[in-house]
Amino acid sequence: MRRRVIPIFASLAGACLVGLLIYGVSAQSASRTLDQQVAEGRYPQAPEANHRLPVLAGSGAISLASFRGRVVVLNFWASWCEPCQVEAPLLEHTQTQLERHDGTVLGVTYLDASPDSLGFVRRYHLTYPNLRDNDGGDFAHSYGTDQLPETFIINRQGRITAISRGEVDQAFLNRAITLAQSS
Amino acid sequence: MRRCPRTLPAALLAALLILLAPSGPGMPGAGTTSASAATAEPGSLLPRIERQVMCVSCKIPLDVAESPQADREKAYIASLIGQGESEPQIKRALVAQYGPTVLGLPRAHGFGLAVYLVPIAVVLALLGLLALLLPRWRREARSRAAAASPRPALDSSDAARLDADLARFD
Repeated sequence: MRRRVIPIFASLAGACLVGLLIYGVSAQSASRTLDQQVAEGRYPQAPEANHRLPVLAGSGAISLASFRGRVVVLNFWASWCEPCQVEAPLLEHTQTQLERHDGTVLGVTYLDASPDSLGFVRRYHLTYPNLRDNDGGDFAHSYGTDQLPETFIINRQGRITAISRGEVDQAFLNRAITLAQSS
Repeated sequence: MRRCPRTLPAALLAALLILLAPSGPGMPGAGTTSASAATAEPGSLLPRIERQVMCVSCKIPLDVAESPQADREKAYIASLIGQGESEPQIKRALVAQYGPTVLGLPRAHGFGLAVYLVPIAVVLALLGLLALLLPRWRREARSRAAAASPRPALDSSDAARLDADLARFD
């Protein structure tokens, strides 16, 4: 009996390590829970709404919750991301339309150095507010963001109504404009 | 079929040493700065820092990463070197810009804790295994030694002579 203890113990330890590895791989991969809920028509609350992020150009920090009551087009971007460069003029154009209906585009830079981000804002003449997710992407991860750009339309109640994982087009942004106009 | 008892302790000891040796950009030992490193030439600073930090978007060491983000990260490090920043200052600036993941160190909470706890658990398990097996190996070695050198039996004439000698001392 005693001779069997060691192989049993070694097998259990090996199984634990394999289990840990499987859990680690699944935990590290981006969550698609929000996408599923939006697809089913259950509009989830925007996660980490009270998470305060530093303002890109300037001092202080604000949270998504401070935009409650407005339609928000939450856009994760980085200066090195080519699709982000393509969609930046489109988002700026959307901002001018949303502003008239108490809505806003809210940019959040992700995995980007602030001098580069500021250069991007100047280059594309962006007027909408931009924040920095500078603590390792915790805020972005809560949205399942692992690629850029990614955009979320959040209604006046703080619920996500549409998600675009990739470059946005005018049709997608029109949904936000319609939402802002109708509510 | 039994395993050779002489090779197993050596294998366990080797495994123990491998586990305790720091290696790779993600290990704490690899990220530390020695006194000589801190005073190195600026030209050698860029490749050394690139070896020690991660490309945050591709999650591989920056020196082997090839992506637009990696290029921007390298340019940012080069600009900091150009401003005369030291290695620790550059690392702090990188953490401020990209978050702690840029150093490649696992977080000390949640699943990241496993990176620190699993090696300790493995070392403790190996020590426990050694504590369990060593007495058994000793016992087996003793019994083998005893079996290999049995006491020679006396033949009858030697036994008679021994008895006679002992009787003389009585």
